[in-house]
Amino acid sequence: MRDPREETIPHADGSGFNRRDFLRGSGAAVAVTALATSEQGATAQDAAKKNVVSAKAQDVTLNVNGKDHKLSLEPRVTLLDTLRDDLNLTGCKDVCDTTNCGACTVLIDGKPTYACSRLAHECVGKKVTTIESLAANDPVVAGFVKHDAQQCGFCTPGFVMATKAFCDKNPGATLAQVRSGLGGNICRCGTYVGITACAMELVTKKGGK
Amino acid sequence: MATELKVAWGPRKDNVYLGKEITRLDGVEKASGAAKYAADANPKGCLFAKVLSFKGGAGKVKSLDLSEALKVPGVKAVHAFVKEGDELQWDGALVAAVAAERQEQAEDGVRAIKFMFDAMEHFVDEDDLKGAEAAKRTKAPSERSKGDVDAALKSAAVVHKGHYGIATISHMCLETHGSCTRWEDGKLIVNHSTQNVSGTPANFVSELQKQHNISVDAADVTVLCQFVGGGFGSKFAADDWGVAAAKMSKEAGRPVRLMLDRATELKIAGTRPSGFVDVTIAADKDGKIVAWDSHHWGSNGGMKGGNFNVAQMPYVFGFDNLKVKGTGIMTNSGPDRAWRAPPHPQLCALTDTAIDDIAAKLGKSAVDVFLANIDKTPEKLQATYVAEIKRAAELIGWAKKWHPHGKGGDGDIKRGLGMALHTWGGRAHAGTCTVRINPDGSVESLSGTQDIGTGTRTAIAMVLAETFGITLDAVKVRYGSSVYPRSGPSGGSTTIGGVSGPNRRAAISALGKLFDVVAEKHKVDGNSLTAKGGKIWSGTKEICTWKAGCGLLGMMGIETTGEGPKDDGLTSEQVGGVQMADVSVDTKTGIVRINQFVAVQDCGLIVDLLTAKSQVYGGLIMGIAYSLTEEQILDNKTGRYINADLENYKLPRIGDIGELIVEMYQPDSEYERGVIGLGEPPVIACGAAISNAVANATGVRVPTIPLTAKRVSDALKAAKA
Repeated sequence: MRDPREETIPHADGSGFNRRDFLRGSGAAVAVTALATSEQGATAQDAAKKNVVSAKAQDVTLNVNGKDHKLSLEPRVTLLDTLRDDLNLTGCKDVCDTTNCGACTVLIDGKPTYACSRLAHECVGKKVTTIESLAANDPVVAGFVKHDAQQCGFCTPGFVMATKAFCDKNPGATLAQVRSGLGGNICRCGTYVGITACAMELVTKKGGK
Repeated sequence: MATELKVAWGPRKDNVYLGKEITRLDGVEKASGAAKYAADANPKGCLFAKVLSFKGGAGKVKSLDLSEALKVPGVKAVHAFVKEGDELQWDGALVAAVAAERQEQAEDGVRAIKFMFDAMEHFVDEDDLKGAEAAKRTKAPSERSKGDVDAALKSAAVVHKGHYGIATISHMCLETHGSCTRWEDGKLIVNHSTQNVSGTPANFVSELQKQHNISVDAADVTVLCQFVGGGFGSKFAADDWGVAAAKMSKEAGRPVRLMLDRATELKIAGTRPSGFVDVTIAADKDGKIVAWDSHHWGSNGGMKGGNFNVAQMPYVFGFDNLKVKGTGIMTNSGPDRAWRAPPHPQLCALTDTAIDDIAAKLGKSAVDVFLANIDKTPEKLQATYVAEIKRAAELIGWAKKWHPHGKGGDGDIKRGLGMALHTWGGRAHAGTCTVRINPDGSVESLSGTQDIGTGTRTAIAMVLAETFGITLDAVKVRYGSSVYPRSGPSGGSTTIGGVSGPNRRAAISALGKLFDVVAEKHKVDGNSLTAKGGKIWSGTKEICTWKAGCGLLGMMGIETTGEGPKDDGLTSEQVGGVQMADVSVDTKTGIVRINQFVAVQDCGLIVDLLTAKSQVYGGLIMGIAYSLTEEQILDNKTGRYINADLENYKLPRIGDIGELIVEMYQPDSEYERGVIGLGEPPVIACGAAISNAVANATGVRVPTIPLTAKRVSDALKAAKA
């Protein structure tokens, strides 16, 4: 959703350098740094050079909803674009692209994460869980319907994932904790009352176990 | 004798569905991520497009070269929105688009575009009337007057002069504007994010012809939209970018999905105009307002210089002695589009604040002063306003909590109450539908309407299930495609009446035909028949099950059409509505928190009480957004929209809304009015109600909405000085 020209700093030779390219590049570099430390005798600089990932598309295997997917992706491609455009898992939405709104929330190794904040290459070896994995009778989905915690529905899957992760982790949470814990997502239509009621019902049930 | 069924709603007490809380039928689809929006469309071979938009206040195109973009790997089509010499009049104006195999390749293509422009003078200070006049950016003002303002001012007990304002905001649809277009055998198919399924094909046809000399028959254009990720009044057209997608799609021979990026969305895909006003208001000792003299100004962007009509000010109240002047300002900013209840939130924010201040000057409670002037509101709403004010006051505990302005407590945190009221039409739009009763007992409704999140699909199913006495799951509602019978655009709270009227009419007509067949078979009078609980009855005698009755129909079943609106009492128009806010203001930081926010809202016959309440909650939350944090910020120096992202364009989160209390005002007299739209009204009074509560807490009027921490701090400091 980012305007590609928004943060481009033009160079004299006409090439551009932008935040996203940097973020994508550095993210990939972090992912390989762990491997670099095991190499003997190489200077840190050499190791870094050797492990700079090529900008070209490379084969990766992503585990999404318990299934391995073999894909060829450039290192700069976000998990969000991969899920939506390559795997057609469009429940996570591309809304802000700046890690503000939570509409792209998925679980990575069980932890709620903005899919726009992760590169697909970073997620190799991790378990990615999207809204599409939820059972048809999932209690969070049912709770959103019961409390009419949605209008246009565009923020809803992200909110459902965030609510699921929060309620699983915080049985017996207070209203204040719910309001704080679900503060990472934004709704424009104004469905917060229903979402709060849904989350309170879920944490109360779980807390009573 | 053919069965003659009266077209009307049934007795309220007999309703099984109408007026009850029914969960939305597409709830699971949406909440489970299965619902597919235009932004999710990804047909085989789809290309992804990105736009290059203008970054500046105003400029003239010096050169635009897309040839390098076409050489970028993956890029399959490009499009120039402008040519050399064209003027770009606001930040975000479209320059070019690139379609590629992958999104990141389209971004590479956009970066490869060579675009040069000469900067031009810009003006973006929409609140600066004098500056605008000096820069020749104003249009000739319009004026109106009534009675004798000067005489009324002389004889008044109190006179108050105030300045009030409300900033421009963007629609901020979470699904940005856009579409996925494809051509199949010369026919255009568009997954379009729209509030106007039936009306958009013709718009694609005329714009394709006009802009790109591409001819296609309207009959060969299909627009599809089952779900739309927010519109709020901004998604009625094909739009230049949708038309460009269709053109690139034709050139590349591939589907093209073009959704605006977030920044461009905020800059060009719709804003709510600003409004500022200088008011002189006067009242007698009882709080009856005797004179109103105002001059308002503001910008509706797009270099249009429009402003709301002087006939609309002051809002709701038709005082005896009036002078109203309005001036439009031309700013280099994205053009406005209808924003939920245009332009009532602004009118209310510029009127009910002044009424609150004159009440304060008299030392009276705002409730008493609004009540003292109810005779100046439209006659048909007066009793409703009185009842709603009383009920809202009870719900918020006004009598117990109220204090004069500025007596909000001794500590740094001050607490206060404010109220405001509104009105809206909400008349049914023109629309048609087809209703089918199938021989197996299943029922269908087909119409080219859309469900923008208001619950249209659920409401249609409820109307048919109620009419036929069957369960909701026996009703299939088909909508969201332009191949279905035409229905109106979903704007102005017109949809609920626009679909419930035609569906009820078509269903009653179909039921009459079914009763004819059942009556003949069972040798009873068709006019004695009713359909309830899945059965067909003659008086209290069960004749047959619904299914068995439908089984008599033969292979064709029954198909009827319904139209609207009609003057048969199924739908009507004009609602009131009252809101009251209880806020706390931190005078050290300027931060305003909502403690409680009460809305009492009428809307005639309520179809689905659950989704109706959701509309009001949503209105209050959008209202809190534009009252406290949300605004378009244009930089004077560069002319740029500097907060066009979700980090700096501040919307409330789940913990920022306080306690919301919604009560639908629904005596039998409301039910008898028939169905009236509800989408707009609850978002109108929020700004004035919250601003008034802050003034009540602190004793200081923060002139311009949103009441950001800075504006509140500045106002408090200025008042001290």
